Amino acid sequence: MSNGRDNITKPIALIHARVIDPATERDELGGILIEDGLIADFGPHLAKNAPEGAEVIDCAGHIVCPGLIDMLVFTGEPGEEHRETLATASRAAATGGVTTIVTMPNTEPIIDEVALVDFLQRRARDTAITRVHVMAAMTKGLKNEEMTEIGLLLEAGAIAFTNGKNSVTNAQVMRRLLAYSCDFDALIVHYTEDPDLRGNGVMNEGEVASRLGLPGIPKLAETIMLARDMRLIIDTGARYHSATISCSDSLELIRRSKRQGLKVSAGVSINHLTLNENDVGPYRTFCKVRPPLRSEEDRQAMVEGLRDGSIDVIVSSHDPKDAEGKRQPFEEAAYGAIGVETLLPAALRLYHNEEIDLMRLLRTMTINPATILGLETGRIAKGAPADLTVFDLNTPWIIDRDLLQSRSKNSAFDEARVQGRALMSFVDGKRVFHFSNQSAAYTKKPVFSS
Amino acid sequence: MSTQKKSKKSIFPHRHLLSADDLKADEITYLLDLADNFAKLNRKAAKKQDTLRGRTQINLFFESSTRTQSSFELAGKRLGADVMNMSVKSSSISKGETLVDTAMTLNAMRPDILVVRHSAAGAVELLSQKVDCSVINAGDGSHQHPTQALLDALTIRRNKGKLARLTIAICGDILHSRVARSNISLLNTMGARVRIVAPSTLLPANPERLGVEVFTTMKEGLEGADIVMMLRLQKERMSGSFIPSTREYFHFFGLDHEKISYAKPDVLIMHPGPMNRGVEIDATLADDPRSVIREQVEMGVAVRMAILEALSQHLPKSCEQ
Repeated sequence: MSNGRDNITKPIALIHARVIDPATERDELGGILIEDGLIADFGPHLAKNAPEGAEVIDCAGHIVCPGLIDMLVFTGEPGEEHRETLATASRAAATGGVTTIVTMPNTEPIIDEVALVDFLQRRARDTAITRVHVMAAMTKGLKNEEMTEIGLLLEAGAIAFTNGKNSVTNAQVMRRLLAYSCDFDALIVHYTEDPDLRGNGVMNEGEVASRLGLPGIPKLAETIMLARDMRLIIDTGARYHSATISCSDSLELIRRSKRQGLKVSAGVSINHLTLNENDVGPYRTFCKVRPPLRSEEDRQAMVEGLRDGSIDVIVSSHDPKDAEGKRQPFEEAAYGAIGVETLLPAALRLYHNEEIDLMRLLRTMTINPATILGLETGRIAKGAPADLTVFDLNTPWIIDRDLLQSRSKNSAFDEARVQGRALMSFVDGKRVFHFSNQSAAYTKKPVFSS
Repeated sequence: MSTQKKSKKSIFPHRHLLSADDLKADEITYLLDLADNFAKLNRKAAKKQDTLRGRTQINLFFESSTRTQSSFELAGKRLGADVMNMSVKSSSISKGETLVDTAMTLNAMRPDILVVRHSAAGAVELLSQKVDCSVINAGDGSHQHPTQALLDALTIRRNKGKLARLTIAICGDILHSRVARSNISLLNTMGARVRIVAPSTLLPANPERLGVEVFTTMKEGLEGADIVMMLRLQKERMSGSFIPSTREYFHFFGLDHEKISYAKPDVLIMHPGPMNRGVEIDATLADDPRSVIREQVEMGVAVRMAILEALSQHLPKSCEQ
């Protein structure tokens, strides 16, 4: 990643594009002019003619939208680089049209110190081709005992605070954490799952688990803690984002809190929008995720939440796990699935199935996360950073995990038939990913630059 | 002289000093005037008075203390009392029982004045109900420390000439601070404008109901303040994590040269002690010319002499029960 200043090159004109900006509900044929890393101009007048001296990229009628933002990405850096590094995660992201990733603090060591945030930002600057924002731990060592130095971490550049997937069980710790975060207007991102209610569960509690003979994780594990958090938000007034909800009861809690005017937002993972417990099928460990894939009714509720705006953000919940961790009996296998690269094509399923319109769908991956995180990106506006994604909406293809960029191959969408994919990604006005020949078949090699 | 003494006598009607809440403005003024005289006396070579001659003062400290205990001891001795120090280490025995038992035992020894510090709020008042002598609260838990508030008021009045309409920012661990509660009460009685400044986790519930303005940033809280009163982080009273670290606490809430610049140029820096340099106050700022921290200690003895004298007016001449 580089900033606009050391990037003074020829202006770039994206022409023959269908420009979609969910922030302004714009959807029109036109073009975008990029200068000095920023969006200098856009509109129908740039559809066919590029200004003199600009490098012209013909988008051939494909969509140009703000670069996608993924708020929930696990990597293995530092500590477990064999699973994923910032470099490989960012390549996977760029290939999927994601220009900003937000990394989780569950690494070795855990990102709970100012020096570690600083380290990650330097590594990202030196090795990643997309924007990387660091979400810091909200309790020291993710141990749920003492809050981290929220004020100093914010000053160091942490974008928000989370416990990854270690839920804060101690209500007193959570209450103080939320109260303290208010003083700094810090965003608390919490994944709610009561470990006692989860017990030894490995998949959604329900008929499928009963048939497969697997211990179940009840929805209550998620909703009880979320309900507690909502009460604590009333008490403290904190800014809160529910990292990933998975069932209709959670959705109801979020809706009620939003009606009450609380500063609450919610995310859902792409897995819970497009898959359900039946996809576990014959013990497919790539579908072992947290929260577990729920029932079809819950999946439909998640889509409904997305449609009516109760759910703000779609995340990939990208969680690279090595083959050893996944090549196990289901109960013993590791949790998690990669997803940042397949986020857009999987999300487009919802559009192609006519479950949601394109504008609303794209909003949840652009302006909504940008607003929650306080980013300048996620919109097409003059003077905004030129983080853009060019994508093909319709062409069918089959996802092959061996062709994915991530260092781990645990994709829940392996062999899935999808339509549409990213063709180019721009970060700070620089094209960081494109296919060697954009009109050619998708088996062509991607090309990266940083 | 004798008529003046009579009017003074009627102006301080209390048998005990348990809380700053109990003091009216004219009573506070009376005590501060009296203390002002003792401050002068304390700077002379001959400090000894005989107001409390023949009286017995017991300093009963269930919580360790350096400055308060020695200050009370000196005050009593300078007024001619026989002073006994009792430090009772907290034991595993239920404290309520121990406290009442100890009170009954001491009462049987016929002391005239008991100075008590205890880690539990309300403990001193409980004890005062069980004894026949005058009781002075030298600090009960996170509740009250009235002589601290009086000595702070005296220090402020001597430097600013008044208390009314001054803007006083009390900063830090308000939640656990008996000093803050005593000062808020006493300074409000005297017409000062009191602010409290702390992270949300170190504020008591409904802080605005205490008659103060509440701030969670030092910049806003110190803006235009006449007095900045720093409090110690009461780690011994904390269970769990109220703040992430002393490093972060100092960065955002510790008094340093930048933060003090938001206050008025002639601001006074105060601290009830003991100070943790580098935690709540910059190491050099504690010794700044604007700091009156040492004067507070000096005024502590004077104020305690004043309260001993005021209470002694109500002591029975002899015990004839």
